[in-house]
Amino acid sequence: MSTFSNLLQRSFLEVPEKISIVLQNAGRADTPINYRQLILGANRYARSLAREEIKAGEVVLLILQHGEDLAFSFFGAVLHGAIPAIMPFLTEKLSPEKYRADLAALISITKPTAIITSPEFEDEARSALMPGGSVRKVILTNKIEPEAIPDFNSLNGMKASPEDIVLLQHSSGTTGLQKGVALSHRAVLNQLEAYSKAIHLDPKKDVIVSWLPLYHDMGLIACFLLPVLMRVTLVEMSPFDWVRAPYRLLQSVSQYKGTLTWLPNFAFNFCANKIRERNLEGVDLSSWRAIINCSEPVHAESHQLFAEKFSAFGLRPQALQTCYAMAENVFAVTQSRLDQSPIVDEIDREVFMTQRLATPPVTGRPAMKMMSSGHSLANMKIRIVDENGQDLPERVVGEIKMQSDCMLTEYYNRADASAAAIKNGWYLTGDYGYTANGELYVSGRKKDMIIVGGKNIYPQDLEALASEVRGVHPGRTVAFGMYDEEAGTEEVVIITEADSEEPSEHELIADAIRKHVTKSSAIALRHVKVVGEKWIVKTSSGKTARSANKEKFIRELES
Amino acid sequence: MTENITPALAKFIAEKILKQANKVIKPDEALISSGLIDSFSLMDLALFVEDTFHVRIEDTELNAQSFDNLNQLSELIAFRR
Repeated sequence: MSTFSNLLQRSFLEVPEKISIVLQNAGRADTPINYRQLILGANRYARSLAREEIKAGEVVLLILQHGEDLAFSFFGAVLHGAIPAIMPFLTEKLSPEKYRADLAALISITKPTAIITSPEFEDEARSALMPGGSVRKVILTNKIEPEAIPDFNSLNGMKASPEDIVLLQHSSGTTGLQKGVALSHRAVLNQLEAYSKAIHLDPKKDVIVSWLPLYHDMGLIACFLLPVLMRVTLVEMSPFDWVRAPYRLLQSVSQYKGTLTWLPNFAFNFCANKIRERNLEGVDLSSWRAIINCSEPVHAESHQLFAEKFSAFGLRPQALQTCYAMAENVFAVTQSRLDQSPIVDEIDREVFMTQRLATPPVTGRPAMKMMSSGHSLANMKIRIVDENGQDLPERVVGEIKMQSDCMLTEYYNRADASAAAIKNGWYLTGDYGYTANGELYVSGRKKDMIIVGGKNIYPQDLEALASEVRGVHPGRTVAFGMYDEEAGTEEVVIITEADSEEPSEHELIADAIRKHVTKSSAIALRHVKVVGEKWIVKTSSGKTARSANKEKFIRELES
Repeated sequence: MTENITPALAKFIAEKILKQANKVIKPDEALISSGLIDSFSLMDLALFVEDTFHVRIEDTELNAQSFDNLNQLSELIAFRR
């Protein structure tokens, strides 16, 4: 069994001239980085970590924007034997106070010993540090050791064992940042091996094109580690550039003859609805062999929109594919077969809603379409179980449980959370679904997580923030996600009870909630509804029932 | 120059982006830096401006440095018309 450092060393020796990453930035020329440059850059960071006396096995936080320093510092930490964890960068709309508080909370649990960041962000990073805390060094990108040929024999990372933790992966928000998924070399490499087979990866022919941020599992694994470690060229643009000009993704696919891309469901709608044809002049998408829809619920309608819009530019509709993945399994659990379109299962809506059974549609009654997320990778087992853990037959909805040779080692420094999630070697996903003919159909979530644009959001974080607004009745706020067909993703709804019954006062409170929650979470709210006393439905034990409140809200919207 | 631009922008933002038709948006109220309009909706705003006023806003201009409130956006549109 290899480790990351072994693979990097081999690439350095065997394919030094091969382009590993092409970095794109709007308004600037593309920057190609070959394996030699990548590993020389990484070695500068490895030497800097050594200079700062950071030890093997210690966690290093990377707070950097899209760019070469992020790639260099990530692999530099690996070569040094330290554990990198990529953090989201502070954006202009997020309040620095909230960012600092989240960072401080993460530091208190994860206990990193160093932070690598840019000079402009130094003050911000330092302001999250406590006297006597774990962080000993803040290393700046402009104070890195000069280039030197790596002496692999002396690098700590070369002594790592496959069982050692190689990286941490966090999801967003106060709750998500406190649960770092710890992955070993062995787990990541097992995943890459199994997943490469499932997508017939060919390093000689494939080119991955991505705009996904690297603090997210789909970006980090499928669109960073998979290409770099498997020697597939990656064309990487900034998420900020993509969201303002989604056509750039298609232009890059055309320019670099891109073959593989991963996108969350909303991106299919976003591209189809927002890209203008004048930006697609001369674009040829015929090289694109798989565009894989993953990290939020998949919708056949989104694929249809995308195919209709771009087939005039050479897109093959069979290129649209699906995958079901989670950070706790490194990445993919299932993948659709690349030689055909994902299966769409048409089922009776009412039977599905009331009896949780996926049965064939009946003429004259409403049907619904479920798109398959594919079948399990070779190294995984999935089971669908009821609330007592008993296996359920095909076409019955239950919780998805999985086991593989690429599962997380633990939630880092969180024995409690690890014990709750992993039982007898099986990971309880918290997602609902059913199987039919070996295909997995994911239908919902047990946990109240909201997924917006592929980003996981904990409603309790948003509820706590809304409760901080003046005039909001403490503890009487509910947040949930609601699927928006046009956007192809969930939109966030917040309902809150106010002390006042005045409509004008309600309007002011709604505004204040919008501002405060967005500033503190970087999540834009779609509906903010301020209601009078006793609107919110509580369970008999006094807890807020999110699903009951969602149903009530939808009923009122429709009436 | 901007008298009929500002109300049209305000109406679009309140109805289509914030889905609060009655919301009054002040001409100097921060839109982007405050997070009121997220990056996904910025595209919608740019497309609306292009279709309504026949003025193009480049994607590299979709940030708070180029415009952050109705006054600034109206001026930018009026200047380019």
